[in-house]
Amino acid sequence: MNQIILSLFNGLSASSIILLTSLGLAVTFGLMGVINMAHGEFIMIGAYTTFVVHELFRLFLPRTVFDFYYLLSIPAAFLVSFLIGMVLEKLVISRLYGREVDSLLATWGVSIILQQTARSVFGSQGVAVTSPGFLSGGLKLGNIVFSYNRIFIVALVLLCLLLVWLIMYRSGFGSQMRATMQNRAMAQSLGINSRKVDSITFACGSGLAGIAGCTIALLGSVDSTVGQNYIVNSFMAVVLGGVGKLLGTFLGSNIIGFSGIFVENFTSSSIAKAIVLLIVIVFLQKRPKGLFVVRSRALDE
Amino acid sequence: MKIKSAKKALAMLVTGGLLAMAAGCGNQRIQADSTQTGSAQVGDMASQTDPESKTVESSLATEGTVKVGLLHSLTGSMAISEVSVRDAELLAIEEINAAGGVLGCQIVPFEEDGASDPSVFATKAEKLIVETEVATVFGCWTSSSRKAVKQIFEDYESLLWYPVQYEGMEASPNIMYMGAAPNQQIVPAIDYLADQGYTKFFLLGSDYVFPRTANMIIKAQVEDLGLTTVGEEYAAMDQTEFSSILAKIEEAQPDVIINTLNGASNVSFFKQLSEKNITSKELMTMSFSIAEEEVKTIGADILSGHLVSWNYYQTTEGDRNAAFVKSYKEKFGADRVTSDPAGAAYTAVYAWAEACEAAGSFDVEAVKAAAAGLMVAAPEGDVVINGDNQHLAKTVRIGQVATDGLIYEIYATDGVVEPDPYLTSYEWAVQAGIQPLE
Repeated sequence: MNQIILSLFNGLSASSIILLTSLGLAVTFGLMGVINMAHGEFIMIGAYTTFVVHELFRLFLPRTVFDFYYLLSIPAAFLVSFLIGMVLEKLVISRLYGREVDSLLATWGVSIILQQTARSVFGSQGVAVTSPGFLSGGLKLGNIVFSYNRIFIVALVLLCLLLVWLIMYRSGFGSQMRATMQNRAMAQSLGINSRKVDSITFACGSGLAGIAGCTIALLGSVDSTVGQNYIVNSFMAVVLGGVGKLLGTFLGSNIIGFSGIFVENFTSSSIAKAIVLLIVIVFLQKRPKGLFVVRSRALDE
Repeated sequence: MKIKSAKKALAMLVTGGLLAMAAGCGNQRIQADSTQTGSAQVGDMASQTDPESKTVESSLATEGTVKVGLLHSLTGSMAISEVSVRDAELLAIEEINAAGGVLGCQIVPFEEDGASDPSVFATKAEKLIVETEVATVFGCWTSSSRKAVKQIFEDYESLLWYPVQYEGMEASPNIMYMGAAPNQQIVPAIDYLADQGYTKFFLLGSDYVFPRTANMIIKAQVEDLGLTTVGEEYAAMDQTEFSSILAKIEEAQPDVIINTLNGASNVSFFKQLSEKNITSKELMTMSFSIAEEEVKTIGADILSGHLVSWNYYQTTEGDRNAAFVKSYKEKFGADRVTSDPAGAAYTAVYAWAEACEAAGSFDVEAVKAAAAGLMVAAPEGDVVINGDNQHLAKTVRIGQVATDGLIYEIYATDGVVEPDPYLTSYEWAVQAGIQPLE
């Protein structure tokens, strides 16, 4: 029984991390048809921002307030990734709308540039980020220990999900975004500045990746290749869930996270990854467009 | 039509320019002109025609210098460990050059990045031997990288100095093993744990040849001691998610975890272990790939109290070590630390220099002959190179991580232990029929 509860919690934790990393990707992929291979690097940027805030607090502020570095690093990571995402969008992505293969190649190049920049600035070895005091250790219920780190990450992800849903479905900007996604030409003729919508959406997606990077810093070491570990799962979650639908990404991440953890109970982690991929492939054979398909009335869909 | 042909000409010009740039862009530190012609980059792998040995005299790039190669992972998951090893090698080279060089020649190092990928190691090793024409190479950490380059060094009859502890089952004539063989690190550690009263062992490692072979040896030894192995798990090299493995560990209820994880996954594992309120008091771990460098990145508070097994620590007593640590910190920063592989790499450069002086030449066969039986004053103490298997006789030291981030010796063997890479002198190993996996 303990095993099952622990596996469920671990699955929830793994799914939440995948969801956080794929939320941004779902939005940009769904809205603009841009395959952003540099998404992993925005995760890395968020993680390094956390490190920078951590160092600033450690070096310049008294020990008593040190733990609060983490609360500051979440908006800081969002902001830094938002700004860099906006710059990337203006310079590179905006010229590649609708051209998926070109955007794949171009963003791949950007990802390599960003990785090398991180290496040049921070060194090629990993940097250490210590967890804040209020997040170390775990909550002991009966025989099982639920680590505070992971509980915090689940809570943070749910909060982000709620915010994204509110923005997308309950705000003016959100309806502009959805309109542009469903029928760009019609949205433009209704006076929506689709270019502005695109930049802000891409930047928001990157900002979400930055927040994901913040959580990654708690769980392991931070180096220039940290984004590469998460990008494959993010793409899988987005494709599995159906491009453009939040609920789809949510379900997709859960499927991948839970199945990974449950399969790993019986085999080693490498085989578990292979089996999860197999599940995704079989699933996509039945429903090639993913779980939820965004239907529109455009002729070319 | 005119515009079309103009576009075509422009495209060809740009392509030609890009190819020229790609050929010209080499790797870092290529100082002297290579004797090969420019476009060697792309054609390297294909040009593996004739593995005859090159005369090493051609490695003297210009009058009065000798080229050596440094082949380590400067990026990727192993960079956290290997960068400090490369630094120790650079320190030794600088010191030897300041004292007059080797045979009157100044050593010129050529660094290559293996990028934590064995196939990249193979390519770069061949590049160093064939294109850069180095006299010898100091490099590798993971056994997969060493296995990947072993054949290359044997085919080209060059020499690799390998500074890291490993799983044994190997004695290549073209590799000098400066790190511990299993009977100088793993076997004594298990004996020590058994003496301390640990009975249930959980084996956790990264999924490649070193942990798999080490675990074969450990399982045979544990059985021979009458104790039990309660679990054996392998993680991917860059794995960051350890929740399932931790769940399996909790279920198996071991006394001690034998940890052969390598690289950045150690950081994730120990962080997530501490998240579960597990310290060394609740569950002891004995690690074979965690040295002072990794302690710094993981965090001394998380690792304090855990055990490691090496032949050298920064805190090891001795004048040679004190001088080494002092120069290392002077050159690289007061907060840098030395570790067993860094010490072994430093020893390797000095050993090569002394062997060349004794041989009077840089020729690989002569250097090897001179190295057999050579005694080198190393930071870990005086070591002797064994001429039969190219390993070193070393003292074994069990250490415990302290809260200040350094490792302190809690047990050491009385004298040096002779290297036995194939474990032929251990009856339980011979009976278990332990064979190399690759």
